[in-house]
Amino acid sequence: MNVEINGAAHALEPDATVADALAAIGAPPRGVAVAVDGAVVRRADWARTRLHEGATVEVLTAVQGG
Amino acid sequence: MGEKLAERPGGTGEKLAERPGGTGGKRAERPRGRGEKLAERPMSAESWVVGGREIGSRLVTGTGGAANLEILERALLASGTTLTTVAMRRIDAVTGTGVLDLLRRLEIEVLPNTAGCRTAAEAVLTAQLAREALETDLVKLEVVADERTLLPDPIELLDAAEQLVDAGFTVLPYTNDDPVLARRLEAVGCAAVMPLGSPIGTGLGIRNPHNIEMIVAEAGVPVVLDAGIGTASEAAQAMELGCSAVLLATAVTRAADPERMAHAMRLAVEAGYAARHAGRIPKRYWAQASSPEID
Repeated sequence: MNVEINGAAHALEPDATVADALAAIGAPPRGVAVAVDGAVVRRADWARTRLHEGATVEVLTAVQGG
Repeated sequence: MGEKLAERPGGTGEKLAERPGGTGGKRAERPRGRGEKLAERPMSAESWVVGGREIGSRLVTGTGGAANLEILERALLASGTTLTTVAMRRIDAVTGTGVLDLLRRLEIEVLPNTAGCRTAAEAVLTAQLAREALETDLVKLEVVADERTLLPDPIELLDAAEQLVDAGFTVLPYTNDDPVLARRLEAVGCAAVMPLGSPIGTGLGIRNPHNIEMIVAEAGVPVVLDAGIGTASEAAQAMELGCSAVLLATAVTRAADPERMAHAMRLAVEAGYAARHAGRIPKRYWAQASSPEID
């Protein structure tokens, strides 16, 4: 399954979840948040939320700012 | 002209006598959940309360603009701050969660902002992501109109504020120095209002002190002077005008010596707060001798 994670193309397993997408980019377990197709996916739902072909995944964290 | 000035005893003096502790009195008049706590609490020179949570320092800092985390750490420590803003961006393999790790180590609470958002919808999504990532319901709400001025877009700002309050956030909106907009933001349930002194990053200080004073006079929530501070005297002025706290970043992080400027800001905020509550003398037109006359 092909998805876009933070603007880059990734090929994941057919049944990949949000948790798999995070693993694919080596995201740490804490201090990050995920939106799929513009909607927040709660941490508790990462492991059970399946992605779909062409999904847009954004993984954010805090950076210096403000 | 001299008389006129004498009639109006220093603006801030009178007000202080009426309601010791700035916002305290007004809070008591219209208690609303979180507000009640503040009225019970004795005023402290160092701590203040926003959305029912006690903040240990009246200097709120930003982390943007620091050359590296080591310089940032020294500046944060010198500032004495206990609440510091961060922005939300795509995670990148190089920086990872470095700034978060630093703030955690220094036991400084994070205040995520929605910097870069131009619409209410973008700001609401960013705030939701921040709450998820950082496990805080605090948000510094920023919705700017354009890159050139970075001035808040009042229509989008008010819309986003209302949505976020409804979603349970403690909303601290970065707003124009407009007393009417400040009132509207408070009315939709914002926990503070944060008017600019001048545009972000300009260091032009407080361009309309009278507006800030009017916002303070009307507000039942803390007023935080946010943006535009360039040097210590301006941070002191914000406090003298009655603000509960000052939020600044660039003035420290881009100073030639950030650590030293952070220390200066800390002293300035303390001095301004003390001066505000000491009750300044009225302004006079003509001199008044402070030594006894010669017989």
